[in-house]
Amino acid sequence: MINHEELNLSNHDVLEMYRLMLTARRVDERMWLLNRAGKIPFVVSCQGQEAQQVGAAFALDRNKDYSAPYYRDLGVVLTLGMTVKELMLQAYAKAEDPNSGGRQMPGHFGSKRLRMISGSSPVTTQVPHAVGVALACQMNNESALSFVTLGEGSSNQGDFHEGANFAAVHKLPVIIMIENNQYAISVPLKKQVACERLSDRAIGYGMYGETVDGNNPLAVYKVVKEAAERARNGDGPSLIEAISYRLTPHSSDDDDRTYRSQEEVDEAKEQDGLKTFRQYLFDHQILTEAVETKLEDEIKAEIDEATDYAESAPYPSPDTLFDGVYQ
Amino acid sequence: MPVLTYIEAINLAMKEEMARDDRVFILGEDVGKRGGVFRATEGLYEQFGEQRVIDTPLAESAIAGVGIGAAMYGMIPIAEIQFADFILPAVNQIISEAAKLRYRSNNDWSCPITIRAPYGGGVHGALYHSQSMEAIFANQPGLKIVMPSNPTDAKGLLKAAIRDPDPVLFFEHKRAYRLLKEDVPENDDIIPLGQANLVREGTDITVISYGLTLHFAKEAAEELKNEHGIESHILDLRTVYPLDQTAIIKAAQKTGKVILITEDNLEGSIISEVSAIIGENCLFDLDAPIKRIAGPNVPAMPYAPSLEKAFMVSQEKIKQAMLDLALF
Repeated sequence: MINHEELNLSNHDVLEMYRLMLTARRVDERMWLLNRAGKIPFVVSCQGQEAQQVGAAFALDRNKDYSAPYYRDLGVVLTLGMTVKELMLQAYAKAEDPNSGGRQMPGHFGSKRLRMISGSSPVTTQVPHAVGVALACQMNNESALSFVTLGEGSSNQGDFHEGANFAAVHKLPVIIMIENNQYAISVPLKKQVACERLSDRAIGYGMYGETVDGNNPLAVYKVVKEAAERARNGDGPSLIEAISYRLTPHSSDDDDRTYRSQEEVDEAKEQDGLKTFRQYLFDHQILTEAVETKLEDEIKAEIDEATDYAESAPYPSPDTLFDGVYQ
Repeated sequence: MPVLTYIEAINLAMKEEMARDDRVFILGEDVGKRGGVFRATEGLYEQFGEQRVIDTPLAESAIAGVGIGAAMYGMIPIAEIQFADFILPAVNQIISEAAKLRYRSNNDWSCPITIRAPYGGGVHGALYHSQSMEAIFANQPGLKIVMPSNPTDAKGLLKAAIRDPDPVLFFEHKRAYRLLKEDVPENDDIIPLGQANLVREGTDITVISYGLTLHFAKEAAEELKNEHGIESHILDLRTVYPLDQTAIIKAAQKTGKVILITEDNLEGSIISEVSAIIGENCLFDLDAPIKRIAGPNVPAMPYAPSLEKAFMVSQEKIKQAMLDLALF
């Protein structure tokens, strides 16, 4: 594994990355429990993708860059500043949810405070949006960039092509990251694309492309950091493919046993970035049993508190049904 | 007051708004050096530069989607779709994204984009350069749809659309571009969206329409007055979504004989909704069945002049229908 010191990341930085990855995983696990307990209607998961999500978001300028995350990006939004309490409020569809006030399903992130543009369920519509934000940054001579993610299946949508091409023609400061988790619901990668690497598509757009091990947060951090530098230097967009594996079913309404084997999932769990990065931190004596216990306890306490708060928070009033159709 | 054509009024509205507000910019196909295939953006590239009058790749969903992204950032894009017929690849961006952005984010984000597109037939445009597309978008709360019937309205309504904090579709009749010209006031006035306009007062029949067919109805009304002494009461919808229900009900009640006109296909059209509003609210005011004049229910306007003429909602057809209703 690439060494974090070569990337100018301190021990504190990498421990923070791990804390964010672990928080994303534990929040996600709690949501599944709440779903199975009948308390929240739906979950769409980040499990298996936390490493690439946290690694990438960590490489952004969290004070000025824009993001257009997709529905699995719990690790991205946590890293960019969304709180566990806010995530629980969206899971419970409560009025205080900053993403949508309980109007959207969980995983449809958006926050003006965090410069995180609101997303929808039709996939990949966010790519042209991120390109439009980058265009506006360029027009206003702002050094901010926009970071957009999507799944590998979604990379077949017209909006992916139209957005990527536009960004390349106008040399816009955009980072497009495909989170290749091997499955579009039940359809495996080989039935989605015929190219060897999704980043090869960058050649056709005339932009930089790179495939990276999505289970390695440091490798993803490095690649996104370099893409950000290119974007800020006026060298245009980058297409990054981060490869990992979706460890859960597509959503709480899916049953992945109907299309893949338990052996395959178990094998992928051995490569899980949360597990391998934990080992890396132990190997470097950054993480110890004592530190880990403290971390887990703190995260559990935060999730417990957020869950209690969200559960008792009020739903949006029916009186607000007509609010926000127009200004 | 200078005499301006419909398209010159549109050009002037954009020019004034771009001069007034640095955030306003144009994106679309051929809008830059060429000044638009109809010349709607003529001179703007020279005046404001290629950063603010952007020739995009030929991809309508990106024109809408990139514009929506820029609008979320805080810019004020005017996106041009070269022909309304070609807006279909952008429908997902317009309906799933622009229309719902404010609502889905609980008022956190907004999308102040104007999407302009030339619509309508009678210009030998055949199936794919003649269509009226407004009905596709006219049941999507969050959107506004504006269709001006004259140069003065075109200028004032387009300025209002650009300044509007929400997404506006602005459909311009391509035959009106150079057919219609009039004195256009030299001022910065806007014409508010969402308000219909009573363009003619009368006591015999009520005509409700928008766009080019509204112009034809006005011409027909003059002839009917001179030839038969028929006085027409004419309401220009101006904004076809959401509709100005109060003005529609009031206009229908005025004469009790209502004719509704569109160039679009009849079924599920704007005037079908207008008809429903009148039906729900004016039962005891009506003295005749509501009459709807619209394009025939064939997929789109054919190329051959004979077929095009048979399809078009012409001034002659409108005049005859108005006369028939007056005599009912």
